[in-house]
Amino acid sequence: MSRAEASASQGSGELRDRSRTARLRRTTFRATLLRNELLTTFRRWRTLALLAVLAAVPVLVGIAVKIETGDGSAAGPGSGGGPAFISQITNNGLFLVFTALAATLPFFLPMAVGVVAGDAIAGEANSGTLRYLLVAPAGRSRLLLTKYATVVVFCLAATLVVAVSALTVGALLFPLGDLTTISGTQISFAEGLGRALLIALAVAASLIGVAALGLFVSTLTSSGIAAMATTVVLLITVQILDQIPQLHALQPYFFSHYWLSFADLMREPVYWDELAKNLGLQALYTAVFGSAAWARFTAKDITA
Amino acid sequence: MAPYASDDSTTAGEVDEQRSARRKAARYIVPVTVVGVAAATIGLVPALADSGDPDLPKITAQQLIEKIAKSDVQQLSGTVKISTDLGLPNLGGLESGLLSGAAGQGEGGSSADPTAKLTELASGTHTLRVAADGPDKQKLSLLENAAEYSLIHNGKDVWGYDSKSNEVYHGTSSESPERGQDQQPPALPKDFAEEALKAVDDTTSVTVDGTAQVAGRDAYKLVVEPKQSGSTVGAITVAVDAETGMPLKFTLTPAGGGSAVVDAGFTKVSFARPAASTFDFTPPKGAKVTEEKDAGKAADKAWGETPRKAPGKPFGLGEAPKAGKDSGKGSGGPGGMKTIGEGWTAIATFDTGGEGVPSGKAGGEFGGFMDSLGDKVHGTFGSGTVFSTRLVNALVTDDGKVYAGLVTKDALVKAADAGK
Repeated sequence: MSRAEASASQGSGELRDRSRTARLRRTTFRATLLRNELLTTFRRWRTLALLAVLAAVPVLVGIAVKIETGDGSAAGPGSGGGPAFISQITNNGLFLVFTALAATLPFFLPMAVGVVAGDAIAGEANSGTLRYLLVAPAGRSRLLLTKYATVVVFCLAATLVVAVSALTVGALLFPLGDLTTISGTQISFAEGLGRALLIALAVAASLIGVAALGLFVSTLTSSGIAAMATTVVLLITVQILDQIPQLHALQPYFFSHYWLSFADLMREPVYWDELAKNLGLQALYTAVFGSAAWARFTAKDITA
Repeated sequence: MAPYASDDSTTAGEVDEQRSARRKAARYIVPVTVVGVAAATIGLVPALADSGDPDLPKITAQQLIEKIAKSDVQQLSGTVKISTDLGLPNLGGLESGLLSGAAGQGEGGSSADPTAKLTELASGTHTLRVAADGPDKQKLSLLENAAEYSLIHNGKDVWGYDSKSNEVYHGTSSESPERGQDQQPPALPKDFAEEALKAVDDTTSVTVDGTAQVAGRDAYKLVVEPKQSGSTVGAITVAVDAETGMPLKFTLTPAGGGSAVVDAGFTKVSFARPAASTFDFTPPKGAKVTEEKDAGKAADKAWGETPRKAPGKPFGLGEAPKAGKDSGKGSGGPGGMKTIGEGWTAIATFDTGGEGVPSGKAGGEFGGFMDSLGDKVHGTFGSGTVFSTRLVNALVTDDGKVYAGLVTKDALVKAADAGK
């Protein structure tokens, strides 16, 4: 579809005559477009502030646990309250990575993604730059794809910021070493690091559904603030609905339902069932809302 | 090079405009199709994957029971899903609090104490992972949200590890080698099936009801049904692996209809030897370890008895019918307990010597609460309160007698009338 559009917007005669040069130009152009988008997004003060807030969460958790256990008592209430894995942090700093991701995944991470995704199209429309972007011979589909790719990169970056910050704080405040999986078996620190990386990837993948939803909302309006607010409100609503027992028949289809499944990577052997369900669900949300965003954006009158 | 829309609007006539509006609308077919395909996949794939019941040679119920008895699976690993719906009033956390309290956790207890933990199985749906390698090595893990409770039996050590609170429970099975085997908690379909088959006598009909696929394996379906009327047990279905004779799935449906009271079955199973590291356990640094003897006698006793009783037979399945046979020989149960009738409709009865359930007036607010849980019944015996679940019913008469069994309310009243 994007090829057809590209040829339509470029003029079919020109494309046929110089197809090779055009293709070459297009490839470099695509890379340029993505790079420009990434630079614009990650240079924004708002994005940097979001990342700074995310990086601060593990610092707060780490210091709080350190102070609480300063007198040698166990972390958290004895009954195991608080975010997942919190009781193991004092014995192994690596667990701070898992705790920090478990603490940020329900709200902070998706909120940040919602802000970036909601702003992607609507923000450009709001500031009047969208029509200039569309003047470039890229086609709307490709622009949308580039925007989505940028948001997905942000998902990964945000997750890694939390994980790296948590690992740093964990290494500074707590001992590191071999760790015990939640199934009670021992794994080496290197394998633990590998699992931490897998968990970060799983968390980032958990967010791509929200990213697609945010992008769709973003194509519906030309107010960046409205798009961000709608995405965040949707996010909170779904999380609340996920807690209502009467809706348990619907809950497996909520994008946030399997989010905590990343913890299954800490089982031995790894329990893949829910992880696979989570990935499938995120792929479904991406397909549905991604194509809805495409349908809306490619047929939209751009007035600003 | 301008955006489409402005192209269209400058050149389009009325017909073109209509066409372009239609073309715009047509784009929404894509997301709608995606949703449709996804819904169809979710709906159809399980139906297609269900390749029908496997063709297996015919077998009689007697042969199948012998096959179960002969089955000697030493090595296995798999995932078990247990759903229990006893129809207890939903008290939320209070219920589990009461259960674990009753299980003798009390002060000095540890959240890694198997007694407290495994009573959780008595309600709701749980996923378990099991692994076994001979009689000396077993592991059972209760998968929780971002946490896990593992019970590991390796040689003479028995470890309980609760990852949520990072607490460890340690016991030994050295005193009697047999006990180690007995300590395997009854979570497997096999354990349930054995209890059910103990109840088989002339008051029971046992049939083979075709075949089924369980966890990707071919299995025979054994159906155990009480012949007598008045029992709350509708039927017990056991899916038995055709190759190894191991029960793979256990379903107990109540006579009153509705969903199964107990449904325990493998969703994945493998008869290969599990990795040896599965059964290795070293308490993690900083974990709070509770030794069996520290936990006191209560826990010791509970470890021996309650885990077997609590989740496996929360309703005394298999015990009541057995007790019924005993009573035929004239022996009374413990603590002045007597049983009336035999087989599935056996009713256990004992005299509390008290005043029965405190009712609304006498017992104040607590009485009112108890009244709300039970139903008042009247008969020639007087009056009393019936507490019912989907399987077990109990009648507490106002003069302090208790009648309980896997029988209907009417059967209880009849028993009480007869006892008068």
